[in-house]
Amino acid sequence: MNTQHNNKTIEKVTIKFAGDSGDGMQLTGSLFSDESAFLGNDLATFPDYPAEIRAPAGSVAGVSGFQVQIGSIEILSPGDMADALVAMNPAALVANLKQTRKGACIIIDFDAWNETEFKKAGLDHDPLEGDIAATYQIVKAPITTLTRTALKNIDLELKNKDRCKNMFALGMVFWMYGRPLIQTEKYIKTKFASKPIIVEANITALTAGYNHAHTIEVFASTYKIPSAPIKKGVYRQISGNQATALGIIAASVKSGRNVFLGSYPITPASDILHELSKYKEFTVKTFQAEDEIAGVCAAIGASFAGDLAFSTTSGPGLSLKTEALSLAVMTELPLVVIDVQRSGPSTGMPTKTEQSDLAMALFGRHGESPLPVIAASTPSDCFCHTFLAAKIAVEHMTPVILLTDAYLANGTEPWLIPDISDLPNINVSTPDDHEGPYLPYRRDEKTLVRPWCIPGTPHKAHRIGGLEKQDQTGHVDYEPENHELMCHLRAAKIARIADSLPEQEIYGKTEQDLLVISWGGAFGPVMTAVKKLQAEGKSISLAHFNCINPLPKNTATVLTGFKKYIVCEQNLGQFRDYLASRFHHIDFLRFNRVAGQPFMVSELREVFVPLLEECQK
Amino acid sequence: MTETKSNTVAPKLSRKDYMSDQAVKWCPGCGDYAILASVQNTFAQLGKNRDNTVFVSGIGCSSRFPYYMNTYGFHTIHGRAAAVATGIKIANPSLDVWVATGDGDSFSIGGNHFIHAIRRNIGIKILVFNNEIYGLTKGQYSPTSKQGVVTKSTPYGSLDRSFIPASLALGAEATFYARVVDTNPKHMTEIFTAAADHKGTAFVEILQNCVIFNDKTHRAITDKEMRDDNQLVLEHGKPMIFGKNRDKGLVMNGCDFKVVRLGEDGITENNLLVHDAHRESLNLAFMLSRLTLPEFPVPLGIFRQVARPAYEEQINSQIQEIKNKKGAGDLKRLLNSGGTWVV
Repeated sequence: MNTQHNNKTIEKVTIKFAGDSGDGMQLTGSLFSDESAFLGNDLATFPDYPAEIRAPAGSVAGVSGFQVQIGSIEILSPGDMADALVAMNPAALVANLKQTRKGACIIIDFDAWNETEFKKAGLDHDPLEGDIAATYQIVKAPITTLTRTALKNIDLELKNKDRCKNMFALGMVFWMYGRPLIQTEKYIKTKFASKPIIVEANITALTAGYNHAHTIEVFASTYKIPSAPIKKGVYRQISGNQATALGIIAASVKSGRNVFLGSYPITPASDILHELSKYKEFTVKTFQAEDEIAGVCAAIGASFAGDLAFSTTSGPGLSLKTEALSLAVMTELPLVVIDVQRSGPSTGMPTKTEQSDLAMALFGRHGESPLPVIAASTPSDCFCHTFLAAKIAVEHMTPVILLTDAYLANGTEPWLIPDISDLPNINVSTPDDHEGPYLPYRRDEKTLVRPWCIPGTPHKAHRIGGLEKQDQTGHVDYEPENHELMCHLRAAKIARIADSLPEQEIYGKTEQDLLVISWGGAFGPVMTAVKKLQAEGKSISLAHFNCINPLPKNTATVLTGFKKYIVCEQNLGQFRDYLASRFHHIDFLRFNRVAGQPFMVSELREVFVPLLEECQK
Repeated sequence: MTETKSNTVAPKLSRKDYMSDQAVKWCPGCGDYAILASVQNTFAQLGKNRDNTVFVSGIGCSSRFPYYMNTYGFHTIHGRAAAVATGIKIANPSLDVWVATGDGDSFSIGGNHFIHAIRRNIGIKILVFNNEIYGLTKGQYSPTSKQGVVTKSTPYGSLDRSFIPASLALGAEATFYARVVDTNPKHMTEIFTAAADHKGTAFVEILQNCVIFNDKTHRAITDKEMRDDNQLVLEHGKPMIFGKNRDKGLVMNGCDFKVVRLGEDGITENNLLVHDAHRESLNLAFMLSRLTLPEFPVPLGIFRQVARPAYEEQINSQIQEIKNKKGAGDLKRLLNSGGTWVV
């Protein structure tokens, strides 16, 4: 090969950075994504890391990976199979080979290719033996040695020099995909501003990696990925948890109420607490409670006292909050509980994604305890749906559960920053001024919403609580008719929220052969698969739901006129069964995966194509 | 009483002003009636603003308390009153937040919230009605029941050792702890007034009688004939004297207390320990919390009352500090922070 190597223009590529938990692969992946975003590519990322902070070095269990798909076309998922893999040790290769496309370029740190490392990875042989070399394009780069050589004139401990080897690897990948180093250099300079020697070391390693790739001429091709035709505007990279935190602050600004977050640390939700706690200049009060229950109970107290209250958690934490959620239902106080779903049951796989808390969100409370359930579609969409959840909570005086998941929470994508004047206002109800004693449970005729009357309001002192409320007065009441009435009123109040929700959209035409149905975080891969088949002229459409309870008013209309319906979700069929219980006449098919990983576009396609063929028979 | 506080409205309020329109539904003879009356009397004396006051409770007989107070009220769920009250106080520090709770509610199901509220020193007043039994669930032993007690759930006697709430609270570094009995309205009013004045968490343990399931459990310190010999009323700056004839007192003996008789072995008041509720060190207050019958009298009154910043004040000053440094939040600027690029 010569330097006039083959430079191909491609429309998308999936790259995976994999190494030991301490190798800095998450940062490496993020920097590659940021640089690509600045170049105008569309992209989606998928950080995939172990629950253990530092699993035994070199073990397969300790492999931390970061996958990113970038493209000159719309990118909605992080890609199924890697077109390029960076493996910093044998364990990283072994863990990711199955998810790497045949023929892909694999860059390995050849310094880690020895018996000791094979043993740590649980191997009794070199994983490169056999036909791997023929199947993949292996680039054996002694990354550790080359990094040390590049940094030989820098006065740093060897241990710290070795920490720069991820930058060397990143430099190689940057060259391969024709990326400049501008943003990454900027990041390093800002991040280590107080440690010039670290800045120098990292930038030197990065540049050395770039130059090494250029010099060694082992890459069969380099690639150009032109910018994507995305909407004009100002963009930033955002993860689901960041977007959720920003949605919370936006809701505070638009409602004029201070934020109270009552939360207990839990993976993968903790980053929302971390993010929000940085923004105290917005009078954000973050309360790290003694437990999950205290987190939500303090939020309920704050809501009673007039704050815009949130509690963030993941599945096991939601279980602990359910009793308090019923109290919020009974007392009709605004509250948003955000469940960043992870693989369950029990501790399950804390860092892996799933959509299996839906049934709990809908039905997991004692008594007749209805509440709205909303789900976000993509990392940046967490902003919109957090905002919507808060708007519903305040305007309808109810607790709301917002479902995101580990994939959305940690995944990132470019976000077209919204114009804040485009965000709707959140209208806060005020207590009425009718004659006589104050009636805390007097309702708006149309919405059935009771006013938010906070302590400190003169002449309206009243008592609320978990005991059944008498209609209007809110006094404790055990009358059979009253309880019946109040149960119906609470249910009707939630049902009527549908009047103010956006209608359910269909992506594609109505009256097709196949309607694919999905919800929440399954959006990216499902939409990608449907769009591909649509482009091939297939008779397929998608109805992707964000409002789960109540369902949009036109749901029955949307679910009409297709030959087949299939619900795709990352659980064993919870949304499918929910729909089936409401639309008895439809035979909902299902496609379920509970592997802790987002759907692959290819596996969805393999399900849809035969169904489409059957429809044509 | 002070009428100049920020929380004060027009003077000359009476107990009736703090009574809600709801019928009180405790058992006849229940100690809760006296506690309710004492709280209402205290509030009337302090001229408390009803609209600015919130009573929060959990579950149990005592937790019906908010329904009977003509203030804002929140009857929450079992054990969680302290957590809900914490949220209320953080959201609006200008509210006067009181918790009414019981021994099961606060030391069993709600034990975690109880100790953490105290640890943070959040500005709420916690009144625990300790009758050493579960009343509302009809008579099971509680975490403060004496070991060996026969109840519905322990027909052969309970095996659990009991909590001493004072030790628990002081272990969590309570800045205010006092103990009163439900038979002494004057003392209750005095202690509730001191609690009302305290910044941070004020925990008052009220030894309360359950006439149905645990009648006379506190008899030794409430019965007219016995109480003076069995209780030691602590007063800041005063020697620790007790007894019907006020002829007994406490002295230090090595690392422990010892009961002595005045006049015997040349002992005078000057030899007795003088109560100092404001001591920073917890040690003496904790030692007092360990005193039990029959060897020692049961101390009543304020064990500890020290000044520490209240949690809600710390939250607000931190927010203010950040605002001074960074300026008030600007949503547009926040959304456009981090690395942005233009397409």
